[in-house]
Amino acid sequence: MSAGTNKLNVTVTEVVAVNELVKRFHFERTDGGNLPTFSGGAHVVVEMRDGDITRLNPYSLMSSPLATRDYTISVRRDDVGRGGSLFMHNRVKRGSEMVISYPVNLFSLDLRARKHLMIAGGIGITPFLAQTAQLASSGGNFELHYTCRSEALGSYTEVLRERYGSRVNLYYDEHNERIPLDRLLATQPLGTHIYVCGPAGMIKWVRDTAAAHGWPDDSVHYEHFAAPQPGTPFDVKLAVSGLEIRVGEQQSLLEAIEAAGVDPPYLCRGGVCGQCETNVISYDGTFKHNDHWLSDEEHCSGKKIMPCVSRFEGRSLVLER
Amino acid sequence: MKTILSRPVYGTLSPQAGKSHLLIADAEGASAILDLAKKAPEDFFTNAHIMFIPGRTGNSFQDLLKALKPAQYYEGPSVAAALPRLTWTLANAHMGLRMYLAGTEGLIGQMMQAAIEAGIDPASIQTEHRGSWARRVQCVHCKGVTENVTTQPVTCSHCGLLLLVRDHYSKRLAAFQGVCINAEDPTEIPQKEEIFR
Repeated sequence: MSAGTNKLNVTVTEVVAVNELVKRFHFERTDGGNLPTFSGGAHVVVEMRDGDITRLNPYSLMSSPLATRDYTISVRRDDVGRGGSLFMHNRVKRGSEMVISYPVNLFSLDLRARKHLMIAGGIGITPFLAQTAQLASSGGNFELHYTCRSEALGSYTEVLRERYGSRVNLYYDEHNERIPLDRLLATQPLGTHIYVCGPAGMIKWVRDTAAAHGWPDDSVHYEHFAAPQPGTPFDVKLAVSGLEIRVGEQQSLLEAIEAAGVDPPYLCRGGVCGQCETNVISYDGTFKHNDHWLSDEEHCSGKKIMPCVSRFEGRSLVLER
Repeated sequence: MKTILSRPVYGTLSPQAGKSHLLIADAEGASAILDLAKKAPEDFFTNAHIMFIPGRTGNSFQDLLKALKPAQYYEGPSVAAALPRLTWTLANAHMGLRMYLAGTEGLIGQMMQAAIEAGIDPASIQTEHRGSWARRVQCVHCKGVTENVTTQPVTCSHCGLLLLVRDHYSKRLAAFQGVCINAEDPTEIPQKEEIFR
């Protein structure tokens, strides 16, 4: 349907426990050879076939874009999520065969920047592992500020320190350390771009502070995949295909549409890219919008929904699908 | 009406959120800074630097600009004379600087060019046209730039060809494109009309 839905058959060649919560997975092409080229910040959508349920979750590629023999991703275990990360942690082993999408980049470096200031929170470090490798290979100017809960749960802190020395600044919640954002923003040379990936609150903090400091929007980049949230099951009528479907508690609306054999376009599956935007024909109930794509007015209008992350509660919903 | 996509579109200056402000104007452009000041928060000019090239307006704006009490005030005879100061200012500047350019297209274009060269994001720059519509024109044949062009066609001040001034604008050169108007028959000399006033 769209660029991101081209598929790759891969084999898991290594699974590494990084710490108590994070596991790293290495994928190689099942038929051998190099994987497609990508740029730092790109993600792939991993298909997880779990009995009758197929989950498709996006994960940032963290391996160097210069080495495409394998792709690596890191998955943080989420014990209360819809089960995608638990599936990866508990069911995927070395030798497992999986299907992933071609890489798509919605968080790319702006290579016109004179300097790249990177701010990571927790597992939000993964796209920066690829971006720093890309920049280091071409003498790019970057600085990374990475905040973690504790030293024990800080993924890749040591490898980053080892690779990039004082360009990597670490902050631990357990030591009450906090990124000195005001000072950082006030002291950057002209032409600096800022990149932030981490929890929603952190992204908002950085965006709001940068705007107050007079940074233009074009120089502020962020990636926030809103993982689809579980919720009350609901029924949907797909007017174009003439189907009536039920969205399960642990299923996203997009996954339910796909399970019914309809193949809508998508790229990020995280509410940011806009590809799966769907028109609402009629409804009686309340939308649970979770995306970062539609405007506030569109959210209130009852005319559009992003089925990858948003849900519905009520008597009836008819979509133009 | 827009004839060619590269033709710049100018706006109206308004105070932006920022850590410091660099305001540059020539001639009647000073009035755009004065109008911005009416909308600006009280402490706006405590972190502001005004650069002014009076040109044809003589002494009419200086006192009004100084009365805004900017942290720095500079006055110079020409864009060329002001450019080294701009380059030095930008080399020492940080993100959070907002730029405001007002006046002729020649001033806006050349200051914008120097600013982009220094790495500033074009989204950090506001522009407003005031005063003369005189153009900077680059001759596509000899590459010489003729300043303050008000007529159509215009004689290239470098190679002497008679040039049609097009709306085709180059941000890299901060100039409009001038193309020989009578290449087929140099004896044909269209009358010059003053249209860029």
